[in-house]
Amino acid sequence: MKDLKSQASKSTTPGKGGLTPEIQSRIGHQLRAMYDDVVRQGVPDRFAELIKKLDAQGATPHVENEGGSNDNNNGRD
Amino acid sequence: MPLTDSLRNDILAAVPSLRAFAISLSGNADRADDLVQETLLRALANIDSFQPGSNLPAWLFTILRNLFRSDYRKRRREVEDAEGNYAKTLKTQPSQNAHLEFEEFRTALDKLPQDQREALILVGASGFSYEDAASICGCAVGTIKSRVNRARSKLAALLYVDGAEDFGPDETVRAVIGGSGG
Repeated sequence: MKDLKSQASKSTTPGKGGLTPEIQSRIGHQLRAMYDDVVRQGVPDRFAELIKKLDAQGATPHVENEGGSNDNNNGRD
Repeated sequence: MPLTDSLRNDILAAVPSLRAFAISLSGNADRADDLVQETLLRALANIDSFQPGSNLPAWLFTILRNLFRSDYRKRRREVEDAEGNYAKTLKTQPSQNAHLEFEEFRTALDKLPQDQREALILVGASGFSYEDAASICGCAVGTIKSRVNRARSKLAALLYVDGAEDFGPDETVRAVIGGSGG
């Protein structure tokens, strides 16, 4: 199914109306500007304190789900 | 591995980009911070499953991405909230023009399918390799590449409309010439 989709889009992507290097770099620039604006705000106190607190508790509660596995982390209600 | 000082510092150091990722994904600053908090709790609770020496940011991004996904299924994005809320997160108010341009971009980004948006952000803004992005999204490298390409094309079409050539100088000149026949 996915193959069909990507084939269809392949035939329409490049060509005339496609991405000039200038437009590509403009998109990249705007995307990073948006993103970096948040990055520059650093670590809000809320999170620094959260980690400090959890750290002080020493024992971190153990959760059954593996954090790194894909797509099934429904740990909260 | 256990939570060492250096691991804790590395996790803290990843918080700013986790927030940026969360805001880019959700378009909502408050929700983004909740996502980050949930991610940190989960990461610390599962710290034993983190392989020392492997890519910590990628591991954390995977957790956040999966949380966002499962959350997303439960409730639709609060689109109307997105722009106003995001603007609040900006430290400096951009100038009028830059602000308009920014909102246009944000709106266009929100129009992308979720798969494409996350791929574009991971590769184009977070600076992950295609390989890392693929592992974060749980898909093939080729899939990430094509999602990023489609995302770029779609953004270009939304932002820098290529229909412009229909109204180019040629048309205008022809109209003028045609109209002044006599």
